[in-house]
Amino acid sequence: MKSDHVSDFFFDEMFGATSLPRDPYLKYSEWLKAEGLKNIRKKQRESEHLFRLSGITFNVYVDGQAQERLIPFDIIPRIISSAEWVKLKNGIEQRVRAINSFLYDIYHHREIVKAGVLPEAMVSSNNAFLPRMINFDPPFGVYTHIAGIDIVRTAPETFYVLEDNIRTPSGVSYMLENRETMLHMFPELFSINNVQAIENYPIDLLRSLCSCAPTREERGVCAAVLTPGVHNSAFFEHAFLADKMGIELVEGADLLVTNGRLTMKTTAGLKEIDVLYRRVDDEFLDPLNFNPASQLGVPGLFDIYRAGAVTIANAPGSGIADDKAIYAYLPEIIEFYTGSPAILKNVPTWICSDENDLKYVVDNLDTLVVKEVHGSGGYGMLIGPAASKTELAAFKRKLLCSPHNYIAQPTLSLSTVPVLTRSGLAPRHVDLRPFALVSPGGISITPGGLTRVALKKNSLIVNSSQGGGTKDTWVLVD
Amino acid sequence: MLARTANGLFWMARYLERAETSGRLTGTAHRIALTKLKDQELHWLSAMKSAGVDQEFLSSGSVITKQNAIDWLLRSSLNPSSALTSLTHARNNARLVRTAITSEVWEALNRAYLEISSALKRKIPERDLPDILNLIGEQIRSVHGALESTMLRNEILNFIRLGIFLERGDSTARILDVKYYVLLPSLGALGSPIDNLQWEIILRSTSGIGGFRMSYGNGADPSQIAKFLILDPRMPRSLIFCISKLRENLEFLSLSHQTTSLALSQVKTLEGEYKKINIDHVFKRGLHEFIQDLIYQLGQISNQIEADFNFHT
Repeated sequence: MKSDHVSDFFFDEMFGATSLPRDPYLKYSEWLKAEGLKNIRKKQRESEHLFRLSGITFNVYVDGQAQERLIPFDIIPRIISSAEWVKLKNGIEQRVRAINSFLYDIYHHREIVKAGVLPEAMVSSNNAFLPRMINFDPPFGVYTHIAGIDIVRTAPETFYVLEDNIRTPSGVSYMLENRETMLHMFPELFSINNVQAIENYPIDLLRSLCSCAPTREERGVCAAVLTPGVHNSAFFEHAFLADKMGIELVEGADLLVTNGRLTMKTTAGLKEIDVLYRRVDDEFLDPLNFNPASQLGVPGLFDIYRAGAVTIANAPGSGIADDKAIYAYLPEIIEFYTGSPAILKNVPTWICSDENDLKYVVDNLDTLVVKEVHGSGGYGMLIGPAASKTELAAFKRKLLCSPHNYIAQPTLSLSTVPVLTRSGLAPRHVDLRPFALVSPGGISITPGGLTRVALKKNSLIVNSSQGGGTKDTWVLVD
Repeated sequence: MLARTANGLFWMARYLERAETSGRLTGTAHRIALTKLKDQELHWLSAMKSAGVDQEFLSSGSVITKQNAIDWLLRSSLNPSSALTSLTHARNNARLVRTAITSEVWEALNRAYLEISSALKRKIPERDLPDILNLIGEQIRSVHGALESTMLRNEILNFIRLGIFLERGDSTARILDVKYYVLLPSLGALGSPIDNLQWEIILRSTSGIGGFRMSYGNGADPSQIAKFLILDPRMPRSLIFCISKLRENLEFLSLSHQTTSLALSQVKTLEGEYKKINIDHVFKRGLHEFIQDLIYQLGQISNQIEADFNFHT
């Protein structure tokens, strides 16, 4: 390997600060050297064909026309050692546990507000707070059946949580398909390296969902995935998960609330559903209780949910926990509910609705990343160091007009992992989204998660809507 | 099963079979046109009439040429039954019912779509036509192979098969009808060498040549060929075969749903009639009228299936 793969300013997970591979990558590097880049490149093209064939695409709308796009897949895996993973896993588990307790608390006694840890206004004036969930107990107290925690790394031992995805975290289908593709193309790699399996995720998800069913019926639990429909950009994932779990993929129009139960319209009449894994936002779940214009939901769903006739995963109103302003309080929230300091660090965050914070942000705009509180997908954000003077000035005007809409964070030196480019291996920035499942039996976390990679040189934006790609993520067995 | 899923499976299968029909009709028309040097345009119009797409073609303002007809039948997005349009609908429906079919079926169908749509991207020179028709046939047969070898034997497959056999009956009927339109201008040619050649093309278009030789020897007697394609229960594309398959699958569905569907009684009546008649009846009544009547009845049965299984509630 040539040493110019190593970037000077960032921690590279494969090569560290040298041109020698770090421990988790030893066997892989040896294999790669023997295989040669030419063969690997051929395999890269093959992988695209495989993805195209299995239809793992997402929809992008260009001039009102849906286009099917592939999320670029890079075939150099990201490898995490068992020791590194244990730390991450413990940190995620602690965080998800705390978030669940937090949600229960703010919809019940609000001890955290009474204790002066979180300002009252952060809760009641938050758009994602759902007053109709107050004093309601979701089955088994589970709010966040599925959580995706975005993690970045800046040094061998330094991980930060960048964002919590608590509403309807997506991407798990890519995690599974990336592994499937690697197993298909390089079966021998998996006999050289002892990689922790992730294939059980769909079955774990199904068990986890079913264990949250509100009642035990003799006929067994019936679960279904609710999708906004085939035009939704994540439709592939909805169909993929329903398929792997062996349950129905339903749309709002397939469902009916009747005699206090949620039912689906089948060829033989109506059939009851106990657990609804919804991939539809709160607002659209039920036109009678929320947005009356919604065609995606089911009239009366929320009423029977409150009556305990169905489990909705994730619970309505969970979104407040992944709000970017609440994020700033997560270290305090974790300590408050678990009694120990957070294992995984938060990125320092300035909340622009706070006068002092705002002043700091305005004065240091060119060094900060500024995000919309409710934004996602990498849209509407400013990356200070990469912005021109004009862009900075324009963003400053926007920021001052509605400071409560923004938070700011320092620009992190995200770690890199090599990707395969035309001119060989080249370092690119990555993040990691592990997935946690919460059930009455506990929290289970699939080893690894989805690695997203910014394919553009020097880019820090890993979102697929903005030119990001994905990698298979390996957690090695000890 | 979700009613919407049953609907999607049914139409996935119908469109898949329809894509194949457009390929077969194109092949039939091409070979028949080659048997004559004059009036070739008429034969292409016949093929479009049989496919039921001639009106749309004429109102699209196109002139009837070989090239335009091939384009219209195979790749035009304005033709609602072109091979490409049908295949696109088949794939969209498959995407909707992705959870009901195996990944092998989905991948075979997706591959068929990708390969065929890429082959149909540009206008098709006559010399490439046989290869492209082969490709369409091969790719679609591989979907049938995946269905046969990987799908659970349950109601999901029943709805797929209903779609396949409704559309296949319709297809064989329409291919037979091409011959009727071709015959029209020259009724006197009955039994002439050219007539026999055209009947043989009909046989080829329904993949029936080998089976026919096996059962009826080397002749090309029109009434035997018609009998083979209409009334022979061993021929997997014959009308009676398709009708029996509709009956079988509706019987399974009635069992699993513990009801009797109206569509089932309609199909049973139709099957009863087919078992009674012989080929002379058909010719006496008029082949064209006979076929038009079947196409109408298949349409009625299709509507009844949609009603019986709540497709649109």
